[in-house]
Order: sequence, then C-alpha cells, then structure tokens
Amino acid sequence: MHEMSIAEGVIQLLEEQAQAQHFSRVKTLWLEVGPLASVDVQALSFCFEAVSRHTLAEAATLNIIEVPGLAWCLGCEGQVPIRQRFDACPDCGSYQLQVIQGDELRVKELEVD
Amino acid sequence: MCSVCGCAEGETRIEGVDHHHGHHHHDHHHGEHHHPHTPAPAAEPQTSLAKDWLHYGQGAARAHAPGLTQQRMVQIEQDILGKNDRYAAANREEFARRSLFALNLVSSPGSGKTSLLTRTLRELDQRFPLAVIEGDQQTSQDADRIRETGVQAVQVNTGKGCHLDAHMVGHALEQLEALKGGLLFIENVGNLVCPAAFDLGEAHKVAILSVTEGEDKPIKYPDMFHAADLLLLNKVDLLPHLDFDVEACIDYARRVKPDIQVIQVSARSGEGMQAWIDWLLEGRARLINQRLQQLEDETQALKALL
Repeated sequence: MHEMSIAEGVIQLLEEQAQAQHFSRVKTLWLEVGPLASVDVQALSFCFEAVSRHTLAEAATLNIIEVPGLAWCLGCEGQVPIRQRFDACPDCGSYQLQVIQGDELRVKELEVD
Repeated sequence: MCSVCGCAEGETRIEGVDHHHGHHHHDHHHGEHHHPHTPAPAAEPQTSLAKDWLHYGQGAARAHAPGLTQQRMVQIEQDILGKNDRYAAANREEFARRSLFALNLVSSPGSGKTSLLTRTLRELDQRFPLAVIEGDQQTSQDADRIRETGVQAVQVNTGKGCHLDAHMVGHALEQLEALKGGLLFIENVGNLVCPAAFDLGEAHKVAILSVTEGEDKPIKYPDMFHAADLLLLNKVDLLPHLDFDVEACIDYARRVKPDIQVIQVSARSGEGMQAWIDWLLEGRARLINQRLQQLEDETQALKALL
C-alpha cells in the first residue's frame, strides 16, 4: 500500500505549492501516471480521498492522465509500445527493451482558489 | 507537515532518536536534532525506546495554507516522489563522503534475508566496518539477530508503512556516525512491491528470492526485479526437493532487467556464499577507488592553486 505514502506526498506537494503560489484550496488536480510507475490508480484515488480530509484538498476532484508506456527496442532500433516491464518487443519478440516513457508519477496541473 | 524537514504523520520509529515530535510543536523541537538534508517527505521519529531504535508515531492534523480566494489554474509538473529522491541524493552524498558501500536488500517476507545477512556478516568477520539498518513494521527482533553477530544495527519500525523511505534512512544513518569506509546493509521491509519505488541512496538494490517462492516471481513483481542490479537466488540447498525451474526464473528476471546479475546461494549450506562475498568485496573496492580518484583530483586541483 505505498499508494498511501504517495497520496500523502501529493498533499505535501500541494501544501508547499499553496504557500509558494498563494492559494488556499485545491478544487481539481491532474496527475500524470504511467503504467510502469508501480502505482495502482484505483488504490491511489482511494488513498487520496482518505488523506485529503481536513486538508486544503478536501473534496478535490482527482483526474488521472494515463501516459502510455514506450520503450526503445535495441533489436529493431525503434520505439515500441509496452504495457508492462516484462513485455517483449511486439515486432521482434526481444526483451532487450529500454523504457523511455511510462514511469511518470507527477502532479501536472491544479485548479485552485 | 513540518516546514523544516517535511516530516509528516506516520508511525515509524527508529532506535536511538530521542525526541517527541508532534506537528503543532515542531518549531520548539527542531533545534534538538540534526537535519543534514533538504526538505522532504515521510515520517519523523516520535518516541524512542532505546539508543538505536526509532519509532514514528501518529502526527497531528495538517495546516491549511493561507492565500487568495481567486480561482485559477496552476501548472506545476512536479514529481510526487521528487522529495524522496532529494533525500536519497543527500544520503548518496553522505555514503560517498564516508566511502560507504550501501546496499538495499529487498525481498518478500520469509525469503531468508536476515539469515543470509547474518551468515554474510560472520563470513566478512569485521575485516572492515560493517553496519545494518533493519526495516520492519514492528519489533526489533531482526536487529537483535544482527547484533548477535557483533555488528552494529539500527532498527527502523515503519509502523503501518510498507517500505523504508530515504528520510528514515537519513535519520538512521545519524545513529551510525562513526561508520566509514565499510559496508552498510539496509534490510528493507519484506515486500516485493512498494520498496521498488523508493530510492534510499544505495549503490545497488539486491533482490533476494528463495526457491520456495516460485520461479515466476520476477514477472509477477516486475518493478522490484527491474530495480535490482543483483538477484540472489536463496535456499538452493532445497532445490532437490522442489519443482523450481532455475533457468526459467533467471530468464524471467532477465526479461524485466536484461543485465541483472544472478548468484545462487544457500545461507544454510554455504553454497554460493563465496561468489556473493566476492561481489561485495569488488563493489566496495570499486567504490573506494572511485573515492580515492576523486580526492586525488581535488588534491591536484588545490595544489594547482598554490
């Protein structure tokens, strides 16, 4: 359940931003989450609702932007889509893949008061 | 949330850190302990049970930030784990400064991590400084087992937490202030999922998988095996009694991490222990050589200023 720690991390990040950018309430937030970020999106939403109570993000709407996974296949010398760490290259079947996108886990945008 | 080091609520406890630390009285207490790193997340030790046992208790409510009421959009693009990563970077600098070869040992519960570790410590036989940071949800049993080998150990209890984070390790490291030039083992909470996401500043993550767990664990828990540089396949003395397919296991591990190194060991029979010890000695020697080179470069640069 490290989604709980991650949700707490989001609240801390929001509190810091609230001081720096002078806002007191977060109404909506957009998180970018890749399929390789080791995060279960449903668990994260559940945890966020729990930890945001009595904070500046209480009752905020959480939107998740799912970023597709991409890897560089050493065999094909090209970009290929992946959904999991152990996926093979869909073209040549090789596992010699370097992940280039899909491990994102970041707060992208906020709607604030 | 603490405005000095970012400590938040939690239930972690680290042996040896002696300060009570609730949210609303942070300001009065921050002069009492040393914070070597930049603001970061995670929990702050609350109660101390003994010299080297820290426990993080429940924090108080968070503050609401004052500000404007006007509704607007804010682009921030910040990594949620960025704070942990900053703590990890501070730990990594500290490890380098002290020429410490730090390893983050990760596995499921019951893989034999602690038995493997105690045997490793006995075989290393204090030929250079050794220490262990033990992460568990509760109890100091593992740290006690380590101390029976004569090696210094700090127990970190994460309370409800499922992993160690870099902030906890930073505080635990303060309890090991004399440790230099040796090997630091950080035994993470037994969990094949969460510790993968939290960099502690270690040189390598070492995944320990016992042959009683099944050969498909690397693809069932790919994040952990992707994060590891070395796979220790433990309890191989039991292989004759099991259907475990070693080749399939290694193949699965290389699907998620093509360049992962694999050593087959048995903490019980001693098989493979020498290869593992050699891996440790080589890694430590490489780190010390890098540090020497860096210091020589700095010395040369300073001499050139004369």
